[in-house]
Amino acid sequence: MTLLLPRDEQDASTIIGEAAAKGTLLSLSGQNTKAAMGRPNQTDASVSSSALSGVTLYEPAELVISARSGTPVSEVVRTLAEKGQELPFEPVDYRPLLGSRGEPTIGAVAAMNISGPRRIMAGAARDSLIGVRFVNGRGEVIKSGGRVMKNVTGLDLVKLMSGSWGTLGFLTEVTFKVLPKPERMSTLLMRGLDDRAAIQALSQALGSPFDVTGAAHLPGRDRQGARTLIRLEGFSLSVDYRLNELRRLLKGFEAADILEGKGANALWQSVRDATVLTEQGERAVWRVSTAPTRGPDLAARVARSVDAQWFYDWGGGLVWIATPPAGDAGAAAIREATGIFGGHATLVRAPAEVRAQVDVFEPQTGPVMALTRGIKASLDPSGILNPGRMYAGL
Amino acid sequence: MRRKLPRVQSGSGAVSIAFPKPDEAILSRRAQIIAGLQRLVAPEALITTEDERRAFETDGLTAYRQMPLAVLLPSSTEEVSAIMRFCQQNGVKVVPRGAGTSLCGGAIPQEDAIVLGVSKMNRVLDIDFENRTAHVEAGITNLAISQAVAHEGFFYAPDPSSQLACTIAGNIAMNSGGAHCLKYGVTTNNLLGVTLVLLDGTVVKLGGDHLDSAGYDLLGLVCGSEGQLGIVTEAVVRILRAAEGARPALFGFERVEDAGACVAAVIAAGIIPVALEYMDKPAIQICEAFAHAGYPLDVEAMLIVEVEGSDQEIDDMLRRIVAIAEPFRPKTIKVSQSEAESAAIWKGRKSAFGATGRVADYICMDGTIPTGQLPYVLKRIDEIAKSYGLGVANVFHAGDGNLHPLVMFNTNEPGEMEKAEKAGEDILRLCVEVGGCLTGEHGVGIEKRDLMTHQFNAADLAQQMRVRGVFDPLWLLNPAKVFPLDGRLAA
Repeated sequence: MTLLLPRDEQDASTIIGEAAAKGTLLSLSGQNTKAAMGRPNQTDASVSSSALSGVTLYEPAELVISARSGTPVSEVVRTLAEKGQELPFEPVDYRPLLGSRGEPTIGAVAAMNISGPRRIMAGAARDSLIGVRFVNGRGEVIKSGGRVMKNVTGLDLVKLMSGSWGTLGFLTEVTFKVLPKPERMSTLLMRGLDDRAAIQALSQALGSPFDVTGAAHLPGRDRQGARTLIRLEGFSLSVDYRLNELRRLLKGFEAADILEGKGANALWQSVRDATVLTEQGERAVWRVSTAPTRGPDLAARVARSVDAQWFYDWGGGLVWIATPPAGDAGAAAIREATGIFGGHATLVRAPAEVRAQVDVFEPQTGPVMALTRGIKASLDPSGILNPGRMYAGL
Repeated sequence: MRRKLPRVQSGSGAVSIAFPKPDEAILSRRAQIIAGLQRLVAPEALITTEDERRAFETDGLTAYRQMPLAVLLPSSTEEVSAIMRFCQQNGVKVVPRGAGTSLCGGAIPQEDAIVLGVSKMNRVLDIDFENRTAHVEAGITNLAISQAVAHEGFFYAPDPSSQLACTIAGNIAMNSGGAHCLKYGVTTNNLLGVTLVLLDGTVVKLGGDHLDSAGYDLLGLVCGSEGQLGIVTEAVVRILRAAEGARPALFGFERVEDAGACVAAVIAAGIIPVALEYMDKPAIQICEAFAHAGYPLDVEAMLIVEVEGSDQEIDDMLRRIVAIAEPFRPKTIKVSQSEAESAAIWKGRKSAFGATGRVADYICMDGTIPTGQLPYVLKRIDEIAKSYGLGVANVFHAGDGNLHPLVMFNTNEPGEMEKAEKAGEDILRLCVEVGGCLTGEHGVGIEKRDLMTHQFNAADLAQQMRVRGVFDPLWLLNPAKVFPLDGRLAA
């Protein structure tokens, strides 16, 4: 398959404009580290943002950074760290889960709305994404949003681009709001809670005035007992104060351990990247968003008919579920559960044949799907951009 | 934009923003249309007399008035759906309305349109403290949401200054902000789900009580769409536990540059205050004369910096901020030590608009700039106002770059209002030129519609209009707003 590497935005515009005229189907990518996510699709050529690299604007005092879409996330993170700042939404690194190599790009973080544990407090990638430039399926260069935090002037196409998985346009430049890196991170660790008790404690912590920035529960398994994690970040004095207050507030947490340093960082990284589940071998992995207190009900329901393991992030509102990688990978049971308890499920990891057969993304109601198709047609009338990556025929 | 002005006759064109010519065919069918609507809704939901319609002929942009064909105030999603279907089938334009507090004319009617107001749909449907969500009807006021959850120590974060009156429906339409969005974000960051009635009457639910969207982020698209994609009848919003306390400090500087540099230094030190407000000299003087807040009158610029937390955390943070400010030689430093002192510091800032209204007529502009451009932008704004022979006072949300210049004029002086409008336009163009945008938190409405070409090129606008066209190919929903009247595109 032809690999096209536009040198700049204008080049991308020409390439996509020509593809639209010829009806050439295009796969859009950064460095392909997440090629194994989404529905498998067949295209004629691949357009990569790899050659569109580099931070184009960074104003630490204004808390804003812009980068070309193919800039490695690691470069953005490093640039921000030099000024003591970071991406607030803690993007997931999917490489361990997917077994892929290469450098994840900042454009993909925007296009796939990839957020980690701090999403519960600081918002998703889409909340920090304040501006985009992209080439639509007509080959036109479009900008939306900007470099200032309050910037919805006209329709917010930034939000539309975030989470559209390259089906609406080829991002060329993205602008994010950033935040100072906290001086200190500390984690309360409680052992031995069952799912419901753990989620109740996490809800209480998240409903406290103490600015919890991470709330996860890892149910017990053979080697490890259950662990419940509550993360606090900020200035040291303030973290100390809030740790004490939370230990007082949460019943059973009086004696909770306090984790800091490398071990704690590694633990949160394994929550962020869902490597907690990769011990499960080559199982399929789902990411389910629901209301936090319904997380345990949803997981229990799935486990009635599927051999499943799971853990919770976002105070119970994000359930990562590992299922057998064959058949429908538990799709029927999981979708039944989201139907009952609300929310939506995405199949993050599964063999291509499974992803070709089941809905990778939560199926939409008729009217919402009609809007989805209309929006796709308004941005990509020839249907050449990542066709079928999210939904069949889209 | 806010104006204190004598009434301008409906459709008289006495001021500079144009409305499309009303559709004569619709006007001539008025009786028939009203009869049709009568069959769809409860009698009290339909307003047709001229006297009663007059209450809906404008919004917060009172210089512009248009008498609507009829006003509908439905009580349920089903009624909204029936009205929408009827309007689509009969080609009747629909102007959605919350409380009518829009400062950019977002809710101003048209003579050939009905007003569809959601203010009667104002119930709290469910509060879920464990999951930190509130499910409300969209006509509820912003403040009523916070009041409904206050007994458990929670609040709804976006707090536009009209929060006593404005509805969540209007907040969603305009993606409203407030003084605390540096820390808590704007409406789109606090909205989890909506019930949306499409033009053909279809009711869709977007999002829910969970985080993030399945599929395209239609919820994000609807937020800030100024009532052009559908009518929001219900919303699920995030509620947050309030901090234990909050206290401000006040700093006065002799030079604008020092105040700007101080803001940058606070952020560089890793501190995100919950509010970071800037006032220039004219604003300080006007507010002090009105509120007697104890503001320093001998400084060029003033900052109010507020932080949250326990007493101990606040003390620590304010100590850090004072230390950061010192190299910029503030002439005044006042750290609040009590609730009374905090209230005094805020009283002046919060009365800025009212106090300005006592000394002059004014228009309140709303634009956003990169905060680093503040000294240059303030200098230019002053020059712009002077070039029209007008005065200007500036209040600024320094943390997020949202600027509110108050351009002052005298209504009784012929031509001054037009000059003020022109000065306002120049200021908004300036915001775009320095890398900012036309709106911060007030929306585009009719006020900035014709300036959109300054921020966006033809392809950008065409793409927005094509997306809009997916929802409303006939341009029936709030049609005279946001996009310039010429060059309109359907899907």
